Amino acid sequence: MTTEATISPARPRVVHRRSTHESPLVRRLLIGVALAFIALFLVIPLVSVFAQAFARGLGFYFQAVTDPLALSAIRLTLIAAGISVPLNCIFGVAAAWTIAKFDFRGKNILLTLIDLPFSISPVISGLIYVLIFGAQGWFGPWLIGHNIRIIFAGPGIVLATMFVTFPFVARELIPLMQAQGRTEEEAARVLGASGWQTFRRVTLPNIKWGLLYGVILCNARAMGEFGAVSVVSGHIRGQTSTIPLHVEILYNDYNFTGAFAVASLLAFLALITLALKTWVEYRNNELRGTAFTPVPVVKTK
Amino acid sequence: MPGFKLTLGYTLLYLSLIVLIPLAAAFVKTSMLSWAQFSHDVFSPQAMASYRLSFGASLFAALVNAVFGLIVAWVLVRYDFFGKRIVDALVDLPFALPTAVAGITLATLYAENGWIGQLFSSSSNWHVLFHLPIIKISFTRLGIFVALTFIGLPFVVRTVQPVLEDFDSEIEEAAASLGANRWQAFWRIIFPTLLPALLTGFALAFARALGEYGSVVFISSNIPMKTQITPLLIMTKLEEFDYAGATALAVVMLVVSFVLLLSVNLLQCWASRYNTSNLS
Repeated sequence: MTTEATISPARPRVVHRRSTHESPLVRRLLIGVALAFIALFLVIPLVSVFAQAFARGLGFYFQAVTDPLALSAIRLTLIAAGISVPLNCIFGVAAAWTIAKFDFRGKNILLTLIDLPFSISPVISGLIYVLIFGAQGWFGPWLIGHNIRIIFAGPGIVLATMFVTFPFVARELIPLMQAQGRTEEEAARVLGASGWQTFRRVTLPNIKWGLLYGVILCNARAMGEFGAVSVVSGHIRGQTSTIPLHVEILYNDYNFTGAFAVASLLAFLALITLALKTWVEYRNNELRGTAFTPVPVVKTK
Repeated sequence: MPGFKLTLGYTLLYLSLIVLIPLAAAFVKTSMLSWAQFSHDVFSPQAMASYRLSFGASLFAALVNAVFGLIVAWVLVRYDFFGKRIVDALVDLPFALPTAVAGITLATLYAENGWIGQLFSSSSNWHVLFHLPIIKISFTRLGIFVALTFIGLPFVVRTVQPVLEDFDSEIEEAAASLGANRWQAFWRIIFPTLLPALLTGFALAFARALGEYGSVVFISSNIPMKTQITPLLIMTKLEEFDYAGATALAVVMLVVSFVLLLSVNLLQCWASRYNTSNLS
């Protein structure tokens, strides 16, 4: 009797577990393969950046990082990101507002066009600005006549950075604002709020995490862009090199430890970006009460 | 709702100034070439060799990412293990780490005296013991493949993961109760649902790999006809001030990326249709 009672409810559960979950062996094998792949392609490279950067000790590291050429590269990178990120941020909010709050023809085409810079090779992103502002470009003769330098100078680097980071904020905000709909803003309008008040008091609090997320990703790319900036920079040391270009210069000079020391700054930035991104995702899920809890989790240990 | 004219106008203006007009410049520049000049640049042996290399290496890298990306996404969604959150966050590293940093790091790691490269070089003990073939990775095509695999790694994981999270486990239970074993349930029920997302991730990783420059330029020896990818050939032409030739190649690459972008959009349409029909 007692054995009957314990066996009969247990039996179907065993069958059920077996057929909707993998055997422990398969599970461990899959986890092992996944972790080995992640270790080989992500963990080892990340560790090696720092190992190489500190290979000749802290003194050499700080010397490489505070070298005047490195400092000027850091300055230019900060300027390029400082201009392109806010501009793309304003664009992202405007584009998301117009796409999420209004209906008009050609919306899908507009969405595709906004995504365009993502699918274009960085080399081409730089090249197109050379075609317009370069010495042989459309405005080349005029610019030379007025003694304005865009290509092989700071403005070209800013433009190329703006191009490659163009979609980041818009891409985060558009689906978010589309999902939130228009009812809250409409209610605010009915209650007498002005357009600006509606945006600042209703929309902005709703999208702030998404906006922050977009800005974080946009900034990481702006500071790390290499290909596009390389085309328009002209590689003038101390004048038109950004941090990634300075890394290239040091590496090609066989100053490997110096190159990795400067590169480690960008690797730090990448780690901070990932940490912030994870934190924002976590906050976002928690706020909306949809914290991700996978249903069929099997404990292994 | 206010602000339609303002925001739409600003969006279109900024989009035109930063993206559309500069891109149009490439097509206008190319349209001024004669067909003979264009085909001379675009079908030169050096260009053809670079297409073969770029397509081949990108295809292999995207395939490897499709297989391992699916496993990583599966493990992250379905299982619990120590350090899972860190692994999940780390998957995005190739998005966050600048390509130049990835390039010098991978080139150093896979060089003959690098941490990983020495395992395949003559200096390793088990190569001497077992007479294993010596494989050079950095500065060869294999190195290009490694770099392209690195930069394409997050795409498949991040496209498959949300679909797998939303997957209704009741369907699996139904399959199991109807007598399907685990492999049948995966292959006949789960895999078809994941397929559109898997293909989207594959196409995104492939497109990204095709255009990649920063990481490849360091790990490749950049020898014309052998290890020169198409973006690098464009760069070489630019350094020689051959703007017409560089732009002609750029237009070829742009057309390829537009086709890929279109196919990704179609795949996503397919995926969303698939999902809604699944729900109803």
